[in-house]
Formats: sequence, structure tokens, C-alpha cells
Amino acid sequence: MSEKPLSVEIKKITPYLWEIPKKGDMLVPGRIYGDEETIQSLLKDVEEKKGGGFTPAIVQVLNVAMLPGIQKASIAMADIHPGYGFAIGGVGAFDLDQGVISVAGVGFDINCGVRVLRTSLDKEDVEAKKEQLANQLFRDVPAGLGSTGDIRLNSGEIDEVLIKGAEFAVKKGYGFPEDLEYIEENGKVQNADPDNVSKKAKDRQFKQVGTLGSGNHYLEVQWVEEIYDLKAADAYGIRKNQILIAIHCGSRALGHQIGTDYLQTLSEASRKYNIPIRERELVCAPFKSPEGQRYFTAVNCGINGAFANRQVISHLTRKAVQHVFGIDMRDIALLYDVGHNTVKIETHEVDGVNKKLLVHRKGATRAFAAGRVEVPAAYREVGQPLLVGGTMGTASYILCGTQKGMEDCFGSAVHGAGRAMSREKAKRQWRGEELIHELAHKGILIKSRSKSGVAEEAPGAYKDVDRVVDIVHGAGVNKKVAKVRPLVCVKG
Amino acid sequence: MPYTYLDHEADVGIRATGSTLEEAFEQGAKAMLNVMWDISTIEERQNVSIECTAGDIPELFVEALNEILSKQGIEELAIARLRVDKITNVDGRYELKGTVFGELLNLDKHTVKTEVKAATYAGLRYEEKEGQHIVQCILDV
Repeated sequence: MSEKPLSVEIKKITPYLWEIPKKGDMLVPGRIYGDEETIQSLLKDVEEKKGGGFTPAIVQVLNVAMLPGIQKASIAMADIHPGYGFAIGGVGAFDLDQGVISVAGVGFDINCGVRVLRTSLDKEDVEAKKEQLANQLFRDVPAGLGSTGDIRLNSGEIDEVLIKGAEFAVKKGYGFPEDLEYIEENGKVQNADPDNVSKKAKDRQFKQVGTLGSGNHYLEVQWVEEIYDLKAADAYGIRKNQILIAIHCGSRALGHQIGTDYLQTLSEASRKYNIPIRERELVCAPFKSPEGQRYFTAVNCGINGAFANRQVISHLTRKAVQHVFGIDMRDIALLYDVGHNTVKIETHEVDGVNKKLLVHRKGATRAFAAGRVEVPAAYREVGQPLLVGGTMGTASYILCGTQKGMEDCFGSAVHGAGRAMSREKAKRQWRGEELIHELAHKGILIKSRSKSGVAEEAPGAYKDVDRVVDIVHGAGVNKKVAKVRPLVCVKG
Repeated sequence: MPYTYLDHEADVGIRATGSTLEEAFEQGAKAMLNVMWDISTIEERQNVSIECTAGDIPELFVEALNEILSKQGIEELAIARLRVDKITNVDGRYELKGTVFGELLNLDKHTVKTEVKAATYAGLRYEEKEGQHIVQCILDV
């Protein structure tokens, strides 16, 4: 388990795609989406062993390339930055028989993701009542450490959440049945076994359904500033100046506890099955082993928990918007909901043959192209919507999946801007209150209980989201549809 | 310095030092709790015992931190401190028994900062050097 960085040789394939050739223990090459600046910064990180000597992102890409059963390449999307085990932005697809499943490939916030609601409101409508809307959302949507949701579940119902996901929430009156069609996997993944989720995880969950959480999670009211692809925008039901609402959150303590519980299980499995891992956090088990299957069926419970969570928050959001503007809740439709910390069985072409693979995406979004049956019928001609979160001061994007993305990166997309600076450094550089004042001056209202949390999330602590999106668009693996800007941001 | 924060782009690295292993763990817990809230706003009005086991000392450190997070969440506590009562090695497995101190979380009283999702194996290290025990890991926030 050496954490010694390798000497990294990297070659340019296109201006937006780079390859680290297969070498030593690597089973496949590493491929990174980025421009010259991305790559120079990654290489500089390797040299300096910046970040207190923690494993640099590029080395994490190489470490994943050494895991048994990996297919084609260890991939990182353009928002790559150091994670734990996998780089954030990392995509690793594995053979079902020979491959492994890894906690680090999913992370502790299982199925953390973004959901976007589209409204019948325009920017001008919200500008007139912005403060009122911000206050209403902040009051109605529980956010931040220690907040609890308004659903109270009994123990039987907890298992139902884990098996039925968003469908459970709809059944309880949170949202509409038609919402389910516009959630990845229809808001419910199969192979979820609550028996493989600890009592501790369930106990932590039962008051947290319908809470936003903290850190980089947010609820944001946005307006559509620019449309790049009219056909896709039409299909998604979005137009210039329209108000959208983005919800970024995950599976809360349920997911955190599942990840934590299986860290030790998979650590023991790595030793038992003698899996060569380069970094302790990369602990994994053969997918088909009992340990691997237990983790997979537990992760699926976490995925469903997150879908239920975002479904409940959507309902609270709709209610708040209805209260302020008097519009019908059905005028606030679900555009789409995608996870970016997941592991899924998907069919992809490998060496000309369609094959079922286990695809880990850590800080990366599924991005299926037009024609895939998994994409909702209304969007199937243009491809799956990708919801890319920027920062509270900058743009966010809606992209769509492409055929090239299917071929080159297992149908995956960037998930956000990607951090460029540590939280500690951000707090030294910015003060929460000043930042809130500065953003208000730019017409963006921030609501948060934690001023230090706001400083940590300063727009300047992130990479330039416009550049990150231009890279994947330029590489042809994701396509720009629309750019949106924030008006109100509720932070945890 | 009993504990320090290490720069890491996405998350928070912590490193804690103590003249005993127990003290290093206690300082590590303090580093984590201080990420979550201003611990000076928490009164030690109640305590809860914690127990965990692991195959080696570094993993025990992560287990202990994650156990604190579980207890925090389930009991809805604001926790100010961990006291490690005992770390023992039983048949090759390490066991920790300890107590956490704090009170029921009250958002009007306690200054909350950032939720810690988990302590991770990333950057995980333990060493004993010149009579000092040093533990380090990355917290997912």
C-alpha cells in the first residue's frame, strides 16, 4: 500500500483529452479531459505533493487503472481534483466477473446529485419578490448540520424508502407520479437490500429525509441566461429568462453511514482476496464476492434514499414557490434528476461487443446519448440532460449526453466546477458576511445558517465552470444546451 | 500544536499529536468536532460511551471518528470532546472504549459550521516519533 507517486508521462490526444499510457501495474491507460492549464496544474500538484502530501489527483487516476477488471481506461472528467481513493471526476468501469466494487468509487454521500425543476415563472417575476422567495425557501427547506425533515418514518417505512426511493415519497404525497419518469432510474434502483444496511444507518436516516445537508449542497433559484441548443432546450422545456430551481444534495447520514460501515468490510475483503491497492482508501471487493454483493445492495439502498430525499425537497420547494407566487404546483415540473456519486450496472460497447459493466462515477454524472432506452421518451431524440452545478456566484449549465461520450467515457459528464482551493484557505481569504454582501450587490441573495460555510464555498475557491464546460463540449463528450445564473441560493 | 488542518482541495485534512496514543485520538476528535461547530458554544451536560474495533491503529482512528459522527446523528447531540478511556489490543484486533461529552443540539445556542460526512482512509497515517503519537486522515465534508 505505497502512496509514492509515480513519475507521470502524459500525452496530448486532442486539445481536450490527454492520456497516461499504460505502464507498470496499470491494466489500462489513464485518460483525463482537460486543457493545457488543467494538465499543468495536475502535474504541478504531483511535483509539489501539494495538500500536505495527500495523493495528487493524477496519481489517483493511475491507482484506479491498476484495479482488477477495469475496462478500457481509468477516466477523469474536466472537473478533476484530488478526492479520496478515486479522484473527484473519476469514472471507472469494471468487468462484472473479474472486476471489483469500491467504496471510494462512490464516496460517502451516495447518489449525491442535482435535480432541476422548471417553472412557469420568468426572471422578472422573481426579481419583484426575490427577498420574500429567499426567506420562504430558507424557512421551508431544512438545511445545514443538525436540521431535521418534516417526515417521521416508522421502522418499516425506512426499509420502504430504501427499496422504493422517490416512489415512496410520491406515495406519501410529496410530488406527482409523473415526476418519477424524469429521475434517473425512475427514482428507484433495483437490487436494494435493506437487510445489508446497518441499524445505525437506518437510525441516522429517519429524521433526515427531506433535508439539504451542508458543505457544497444548495438549493438555487436560477434564470436561463443563454440557450446554445434550441432543439434540446425545446425538448427539455426550457427557454430564455425562465426560472429554474436546482437542488443539490444526497443521501445524508444514511449514505455516510453505509459508506463508513463498508469501509472496514471492504478493507478486510481487500486483504482476504489479495487485491493490489495503492492507497488504503481504495479498499474494494470482487463484485461477485459476498462482500461485494452486500456492499452493492446496500449502496443501492443509499441511492434510493437520496432519490427520496430530493423528491421530498422538491415538494417543499414547490409549496414555497406556490405560496409566494400563487402558481399551481403542477406548473413547477421536474426537468431531470441525476446522481454524481454512484455505481451502476450499465451496458456499454467494449471491443465492438455490448457488455454489462459495473460503472463507478465519483463526482461524475451519467450522460447517456440520444436513443438510449434509459433516457425519458420526451428527451430520447436529444439525449439525457446533464445538470452541472457552478458556484453561488457563477453560472451553472445544462448539457446533454452525446454518442461520442458513450464511446469515449462510458456516457459520463462533468458534475460541477470542481474545487481549486481548500476550505481552510478559502476561509482565510474570504469572510462569509462580506461575501453575502458582495453577492447581494450582484443581485444574488444567499441564505445560510453557517457564515463560515459560505466562506468555504466562495466562488473564487472553485475552478472556472465556463472553462470546465468548454472542455467537455470541445471534446464532444457532453454538449452545451443552456447556461443559467443564480438569483437566490439557500446553503446548508 | 495538538492538532492542525492540512490543505486538501475538496475536503479537510486533520493531523493530531499526543504524548500517548489516547491523547492523539482525543486531539484528532477535537480537530474534527471543531470543523462541525464552534465547540466553545457547547456545554458538557451529558455523556455517551462509544466503542469500536479495527484491525490496526490507523483504521481504529477512523472508526472512532465515525463512531462519534454516528452517535452525534442518532442522539442529536452537539459534541464538544472525546475522552479515550482505553485502547487495547485483543488477539491482534484493536479496541477503543471512550466517552463523548456534550449536550442536545440546539441551533439557537450552538454555532454550527460544516457537517462532516465521514472520516476516510485517505491520507490516513499513524506514527510514533520521539515519544509523540501522530494520527492523520482526510475528512469528507
